[in-house]
Amino acid sequence: MTIREIAEKINGRVLCGQKRLSEEIIYAFSSDLMSDVLKVDRENILLITGLVNLQTIRTSEMSDINCIVFARNKKVNSEILSLAEENGMVLIECPHSVFKISGELYIAGIKPLY
Amino acid sequence: MQYRFKIAGGDFSNAGTVASSVKKILRQLNINHTVSKRIVIALYEAEVNVVAHAYSGLVEIDIDSEKLRAYIADKGPGIPDIPKAMEEGFSTASPQVREMGFGAGMGLSNMKRNCDILNITSEPGTGTNVEMITYFKPDAR
Ligand SMILES: Nc1ncnc2c1ncn2[C@@H]1O[C@H](COP(=O)(O)OP(=O)(O)OP(=O)(O)O)[C@@H](O)[C@H]1O
Ligand SMILES: [Mg+2]
Repeated sequence: MTIREIAEKINGRVLCGQKRLSEEIIYAFSSDLMSDVLKVDRENILLITGLVNLQTIRTSEMSDINCIVFARNKKVNSEILSLAEENGMVLIECPHSVFKISGELYIAGIKPLY
Repeated sequence: MQYRFKIAGGDFSNAGTVASSVKKILRQLNINHTVSKRIVIALYEAEVNVVAHAYSGLVEIDIDSEKLRAYIADKGPGIPDIPKAMEEGFSTASPQVREMGFGAGMGLSNMKRNCDILNITSEPGTGTNVEMITYFKPDAR
C-alpha cells in the first residue's frame, strides 16, 4: 500500500512529507514505547503511535522510520513538525485510536513485524 | 577523526542531537548502512540515558579506518549495580522520563546488542562512563 492509500484508509491528514506519498509501505509497528521502536531491525516501516513529542521523531530518525501516524488527533506542535520536515518524514494525524488504525491497516494487508 | 559533544541532563528537547550529528558524519564517510545504524542506535540510547538519568555529559567520538569508538562520560548518580541495570526491564526512570516514551529498562541491553565492545564503569554518587566500540567490517573484531 502507498502512504497516500494508508492516509485515506484511516481518514488521516498528512501534515508534512507530501513528496513521499507514493512510497510503498509493507510493515507497520504500533508502540508508545521508544525503546521498543529502537529494537526494530526492519526499515521503512510505518509507526503508529499515541506518543507525540520530539523524541518520537528523534527515535524514528535513528531507526530510519520515514512515516508516522499519530492516533487520536494528538496535536503536533511546530517544533515537532519542523524536525520531521528536516528529516523528510511523513507525519499523519488521525482521529482513530491506535487499536482501530492498526486493525484497519492489518485488514488492508499491512504486515506486522512480530 | 575526533568529535566532541556535550549533553545536558534533563533536556529532552535536545536528546538525540549527538546521535543525529554522528549519523550525518557516518553518512558522509560512506560507512556501511547496517553498521552505521547500529552505532547510531547505541549512541542514541546512551545519550538518552544521560538526559534521563544524569546531570551532564561529554561525548568523545573517535573514528579511524576500521572502527568507531564512543566514550560517554557523565556527572550523575552513577549506577550502583551494573549487572542489575543491564537486565531487561530494570529501570529507575522518573514518571517524566516515562512520559517521553522511555524507561522500559531496555536501553543498556540494546546498546550491548548494537556495538562490538561495551564497557561501563560507574562510581555511585559521581557519574558513569560508557565506552562503545564498533568495527566497520562485521568480522574485523
Ligand atoms: N548514565 C546513567 N546514569 C545513571 N544511571 C543510569 C545511566 N544509564 C543507565 N542508568 C540506570 O540503569 C537503568 C537501566 O538503563 P536502561 O537504559 O537499560 O533503561 P532505561 O533508561 O531505564 O529505560 P529505556 O532505556 O528502555 O528507555 C536506568 O533506569 C538507570 O537506573
Ligand atoms: Mg535507557
